[in-house]
Amino acid sequence: MPSDLVVRPARPAAGWALLSSELSVLFRRRRTWAMLAALAAIPILIAVAVRLSSSPPAAGEGPPFLDRVTQNGLFVGITALVVSIPLFLPLTVGVVAGDTIAGEASLGTLRYLLVGPAGRVRLLFVKYAGAAAFCLAATMTVMLAGALIGAALFPVGPVTLLSGDTVAVAESAVRALLVAAYVTVSLLGLSAIGLFISTLTEVPVGAMAATIVLSVVAQVLDSLSQLDWLHPWLFSHYWLGFADLLRQPISWASFGDNAALQAAYVLVFGALAYGRFVTKDVLT
Amino acid sequence: MTVSTPSVDLAIETHGLTKRFGHQAAVDGIDLVVPRGAVFGFLGPNGSGKTTTIRLMLGLAAATSGDIRVLGRAMPQSLRDVLPRVGALVEGPAFYPFLSGAANLQRLDTADRYAPSATRAERVELALERVGLTHAAGKKVRAYSLGMKQRLGIANALLSPRDLLVLDEPTNGLDPQGTREVRNLVASLAADGATVFVSSHLLAEVEQMCTHAAVMSSGRIVAQGTLADLRGGGIAHVRIRTPDGAEARVVLARLGLVPAPRVGAPDRPPELDDVVTAPLLDDSTASEAIVAALVAAGVRVRGFAVEGSTLEDRFVALTGEGFDVAQ
Repeated sequence: MPSDLVVRPARPAAGWALLSSELSVLFRRRRTWAMLAALAAIPILIAVAVRLSSSPPAAGEGPPFLDRVTQNGLFVGITALVVSIPLFLPLTVGVVAGDTIAGEASLGTLRYLLVGPAGRVRLLFVKYAGAAAFCLAATMTVMLAGALIGAALFPVGPVTLLSGDTVAVAESAVRALLVAAYVTVSLLGLSAIGLFISTLTEVPVGAMAATIVLSVVAQVLDSLSQLDWLHPWLFSHYWLGFADLLRQPISWASFGDNAALQAAYVLVFGALAYGRFVTKDVLT
Repeated sequence: MTVSTPSVDLAIETHGLTKRFGHQAAVDGIDLVVPRGAVFGFLGPNGSGKTTTIRLMLGLAAATSGDIRVLGRAMPQSLRDVLPRVGALVEGPAFYPFLSGAANLQRLDTADRYAPSATRAERVELALERVGLTHAAGKKVRAYSLGMKQRLGIANALLSPRDLLVLDEPTNGLDPQGTREVRNLVASLAADGATVFVSSHLLAEVEQMCTHAAVMSSGRIVAQGTLADLRGGGIAHVRIRTPDGAEARVVLARLGLVPAPRVGAPDRPPELDDVVTAPLLDDSTASEAIVAALVAAGVRVRGFAVEGSTLEDRFVALTGEGFDVAQ
């Protein structure tokens, strides 16, 4: 090797290269693009269906906010998020979060990353950051695809909020981004659960399925009134609670409750993933 | 076993290293001694615990008991400082099938915080060139043959300058040409001062490229040392090719040797050559004296050789199982 390549730095780099590599591998995968494309199709289907129907949806008809779509195309994104939250978003997030460690283990690349040495704790952080980035990308994909198709098929004008106030287009775009942020935060707890399950197995499909099943179970439990006491502790409890962001003035209470609950899930399942992964024998 | 102080001139050192899976000991109290600068062959039948030992050395799995020192530092405690100086191929290559060969190497290189990002592309290019994969750098690994993946795995071990290379079955899946290239590569790495630890179940491979070796069988090390030491444990033979087999046996017996009985069909035409072998139990009979005695007795000697015991003889004698998978 030429001499300038032989020099080993005396101090290690901060290690951002692994994170950027993780993001580039995640977003270069065809699977990731397929999932994002499927998510983008949801607002497009909604917008086209509403546009083609002869009568505009009445207030309270169909999914929440559907009636506002014809006022302001930006609301297509919010409507599509409401539709995606129970199943489609948890499905895609479950695939990415369940794949984090188990996917590397099944390819065998986990042993080469660890021999690198990536460091087990650093690898967990990087993997979780990748899953969180996907949550943001997934939510933004639905929102942006909705805004674009909405702007193309419907007027973009002042919008009436849930409180009855009317806000301008720029303000409604900010509200839409706030809703996207809320939904992204909502998915962080599920991502942490997926990361933990992913450290338990070498079979990525198993970890993905388990994560997705848990998200469905949590929503089923949340709908049983006999389990009232449990509801505030379910990670899915505040998933659809972003209506407060669509009032004037904005009420941040539900955003805060949701963020605190998700943070607790991240801490607990992050700690479990750490406890499992740092002592795990990597035999694949 | 005596407690020895860590030795700076050893690249790898283990004491009583044990790994149990349930009740079965995959690695059972082994004491490895790999000197710095050696090309060390780690021999053993499939399933004898070689790969598990390598996993323990690299901190991928935790030992049940025993100590490991790699490059003079305790493992896995010093893993973060030691592993950047170690290149490894563990239990075959593993890559992201949806990335190109070069992209795979770049990805795995980012795991090493001592590997500068500024030279990454250049180092990847050089490593690919070193294993002869430059032409396939942009091709997806999904489309690689087994031999190409194996080469890419070796390239991955060479991304940074290394003091120690751990190569688990490096010639798996390679054609004879590729095998020869790996042998040359190992020689050139050793010439640069690196220690190379090669595990293999192929004796010929170890015999051709290693200076030292250890033989593992059912989780234990049954022999260890320089290649000469290992071979020396066996007995040399004389081997005579002659049409006068019966006479040759008589002469050998007169010299105090014990020739092996004639093998083959008794009605074999006499003009065909017979091969007579006899063990040289001690150094009292000089081989040239044997030739002289044979010729003096009128035996037509058409071939004569003194053969040391091969590593294969020793391997089979030590493991008692040849190449069969260990139970």
